[in-house]
Amino acid sequence: MATKENGLPGWDPASVKEEMLRQYPPKVARKRAKQMVINQPRPDGSPEIMANVRTIPGIITMRGCTYAGCKGVIMGPTRDIVNITHGPIGCGFYSWLTRRNQTDASAPGAENYMTYSFSTDMQDKDIIFGGEKKLEQAISEAYDLFHPKAIAVFATCPVGLIGDDIHAVAARMKKQFGDCNVFAFSCEGYKGVSQSAGHHIANNQVFRHVVGNNDESKPGKFKISLLGEYNIGGDGFEIDRVLNKCGITNLATFSGNSTYDQFASAHTSDLNCVMCHRSINYVADMLETKFGVPWIKVNFIGAGATAKSLRKIAQYFDDPELTARVEEVIAEEMPAVRAALTEVKPRTQDKTAMLFVGGSRAHHYQELFKEMGMKTISAGYEFAHRDDYEGRQVIPNLTVDADSRNIEELEVEPDPQRYRARKAPEKIGELAQSGLPMKDYEGLIPDMEPGSMIIDDLNQYEAEKLVELVKPDIFCAGIKEKFSVQKMGIPLKQLHSYDSGGPYAGFKGAVNFYHEIDRLVNSKVWGYLKAPWQENPELSATYVWE
Amino acid sequence: MSTAPAYVSTTNACKACMPLGACLAFKGVEGCVPFLHGSQGCATYMRRYLISHYREPVDIASSSLGEKQAIYGGGPNLKQGLVNVMNKYQAQAIGVATTCLTETIGDDVPGLVREFMGQAKVEGGASVPPVIAVSTPSFGGTHLQGFHRAVAALVDQLATAAGPPNGQVNLLPGLVSPADARYLKEVLADFGLTGVLLPDLSLTLDGVAKAEYELIPEGGTPLRDIAAMGSSAATIQLGCFAMPNPSAGQILASRFGVPLVSLNQPLGLRASDTLFQCLERHGGRPTPERHARERGQLLDAFVDGHKYLAGVKAVVYGEEDLVLGLCSFLAEVGVQVVLAASGGQSPDLAQAVAQASRGLAPQDPQVRSGVDFYQIGEEARALQPDILIGNSKGHALARQLRVPLLRVGFPIHDRFGAGRIQTLGYRGALSLLDVLINTLLKKRQADNPVGYGYL
Repeated sequence: MATKENGLPGWDPASVKEEMLRQYPPKVARKRAKQMVINQPRPDGSPEIMANVRTIPGIITMRGCTYAGCKGVIMGPTRDIVNITHGPIGCGFYSWLTRRNQTDASAPGAENYMTYSFSTDMQDKDIIFGGEKKLEQAISEAYDLFHPKAIAVFATCPVGLIGDDIHAVAARMKKQFGDCNVFAFSCEGYKGVSQSAGHHIANNQVFRHVVGNNDESKPGKFKISLLGEYNIGGDGFEIDRVLNKCGITNLATFSGNSTYDQFASAHTSDLNCVMCHRSINYVADMLETKFGVPWIKVNFIGAGATAKSLRKIAQYFDDPELTARVEEVIAEEMPAVRAALTEVKPRTQDKTAMLFVGGSRAHHYQELFKEMGMKTISAGYEFAHRDDYEGRQVIPNLTVDADSRNIEELEVEPDPQRYRARKAPEKIGELAQSGLPMKDYEGLIPDMEPGSMIIDDLNQYEAEKLVELVKPDIFCAGIKEKFSVQKMGIPLKQLHSYDSGGPYAGFKGAVNFYHEIDRLVNSKVWGYLKAPWQENPELSATYVWE
Repeated sequence: MSTAPAYVSTTNACKACMPLGACLAFKGVEGCVPFLHGSQGCATYMRRYLISHYREPVDIASSSLGEKQAIYGGGPNLKQGLVNVMNKYQAQAIGVATTCLTETIGDDVPGLVREFMGQAKVEGGASVPPVIAVSTPSFGGTHLQGFHRAVAALVDQLATAAGPPNGQVNLLPGLVSPADARYLKEVLADFGLTGVLLPDLSLTLDGVAKAEYELIPEGGTPLRDIAAMGSSAATIQLGCFAMPNPSAGQILASRFGVPLVSLNQPLGLRASDTLFQCLERHGGRPTPERHARERGQLLDAFVDGHKYLAGVKAVVYGEEDLVLGLCSFLAEVGVQVVLAASGGQSPDLAQAVAQASRGLAPQDPQVRSGVDFYQIGEEARALQPDILIGNSKGHALARQLRVPLLRVGFPIHDRFGAGRIQTLGYRGALSLLDVLINTLLKKRQADNPVGYGYL
């Protein structure tokens, strides 16, 4: 079913789309059709996609819930905040070190509570009579045991339903302790359409209760914060290594290898670099409005993208020494990258990939595949909004539905004492003119080739159909999809948790990734599926690659 | 049983929640898709958890309730979800488990399912598959309780009026690995017995690589076999804890008059002997030669391995049945269990463990039920064990104590082949013994300054 109309080999997206929708009832098919877009560049920008809408019941979704986005993703990787899940045992248990965030707690006296999972383990009597007392006792207990700087409380489904006022409990305990910041997140699982709602709730509360709490000036000439980097498989360590080498100080990472104090002093940095736009752009915007710190979109996935992001930072600071140093570092790092590419590219060139993950990785990882000469024929996000697909210019036109209205929008104003514009408006204008616009993200679609297909909120059924019909050389998603896709003879790379690998960010990460993908797409194992005695074609099934 | 210090929080739980266990049980029924009525996060979290243990696809559908449904009720979502699963997956059955969300708002799931079955149509005019409903509020109990509740619901809702006696044996294995499920089926067959194993995870969660993917993996207990369980000659129910009242076996006994034999899970020599004796009675023949031989080989290894195990101190933890089984086995091989712990609240566990250890172990193990890893850690530090035995969640503690962790039970997400771990019967005990001794030898060899090559 090859088509000559686009640069993508071996596939006809329109018929694939039709085939995927065939099994759905008409109403479901109509909705899903708007979430599957065949990329055709248009004069007025990229095609429109439907995103951030509710998952259809009974369709086995890849998405998680608001609690997972809030506690699991954004707040989980901070080592010195004690996280208490207020609810029945399951949610706390399933989010206990489930993601492969790494943290470095090797400094003497460093606290690390990430190995703990605290839960109020609500029982039926708590559901009936209320769980506030128990929560209060649990917070006291955590304080007595650890004397942490901060305790965060996370609501699960029943908490909102029975009406426990977790914020009042948190405020009361904070006052009682005096030296421990206690705050709560109303991140009940049924809110919002996906984990994305949880990210927003986490952003709001971190900004309200933590950011700006420490005004002390930190050392460093070029101070940035890295937003939306979760240190899966040590990505953040590699990025920090490269930044340090360039002489750039990363004051705060939201939130990988992160600490309470990083969040508290993030407002003292001079530039925010946003990796995952979806999960953290709220904090970036609020930091700018309240404290005057501008933000740019960066991407450290891909050696080329890493070099580009470093140059963007240098361009922003506009310091000849930094600019020179950045070029030196790139020159030092690239030979190893080129050597690895020379080795693997003959085996990876022109192979095809599909990526269905996250709110940024389905975009960022295309860089690495491009470097290997591979083509991304289909991609999509699990929990993104239209701006992540089409670019931030669509934000004013986004429809606000009941689900997004339920998530609080913080009203933020410039801080009368601490707001400090980092650059004059003319300077910001000049930077934009010379190709470095602030507060800008163009989204995934413009970066993809014509004829590729973008699918929002791909579900288990569609993933299986897509693989069956198109047979890409590699499929990237998460562990939930891994084994079904591999049973169809197609290797799957986990891009949520990286299987057991990583880092894949920065220069060293790129080299790791090239080798990993080479291993996956060139594996000989699939050749053994047919047993030697299965020679009679009538008796054996056909093979997916035939 | 002395009292452990009481904490309000559960810190590093030694249990998961009820709906997870229910999903596992439903996965062991042929053509059945588990379905969670609640927020979609529950299905995603549990899929993630089960998949990382078994390394197999585990599809669990969800009614994906949002804020609106939390207020007005989840009925419409449940019904729409059931239709979608039926049409897309051609499911032969759907097992609906509730979650804390739908239990808190009080959705009447059996009522909604009845309503649904009256109206439902499947595309192409296929017959509407059965929908089994089970109540599994997560604000109480453990995954083991959820598992047993789902097994009881399957029997309650699918077994029909007794037909002519069919001479078969119902075997309710409890929460066991696919490898152990396979073994139990093999044992039944070797005794010449036609058996119904419910649930049967042997293929559904340890599948084969195939050229063509099946939406629902092959294997599992066939629905017609469950329907016929009321006509069986007997039910053998393995495991004695966390059962609902009535349990699946009790339902079959009271409703259809199928005699119930309730046994401990056959872990170790004596518990296996009990099972084989029971099968001899029902099969009307002596233990088949190869199993008798395996018993002999196990005993031979007990003798040979004793020098490595005598005086070794162990901490065991996990589901109550597993803990009891391990204590019984370890007592037989001379390992002193210094602490036996479970996240489940089963008051009878202490007595059962004492009974299984008495006469073999120098003293009864300390037993703690309803505890978490924080409490297990506090006690374990003082007891200075040589080894921990249980699921992967004890890894942090083992690391602190600098002792090896022998992984059995659920979840195991930091080792390969969890679904193929065997513990049951003579064969399982032998496999467990080998791994146990080698785990201890590995540490002894690694720690030894001389580095002996013969141990």
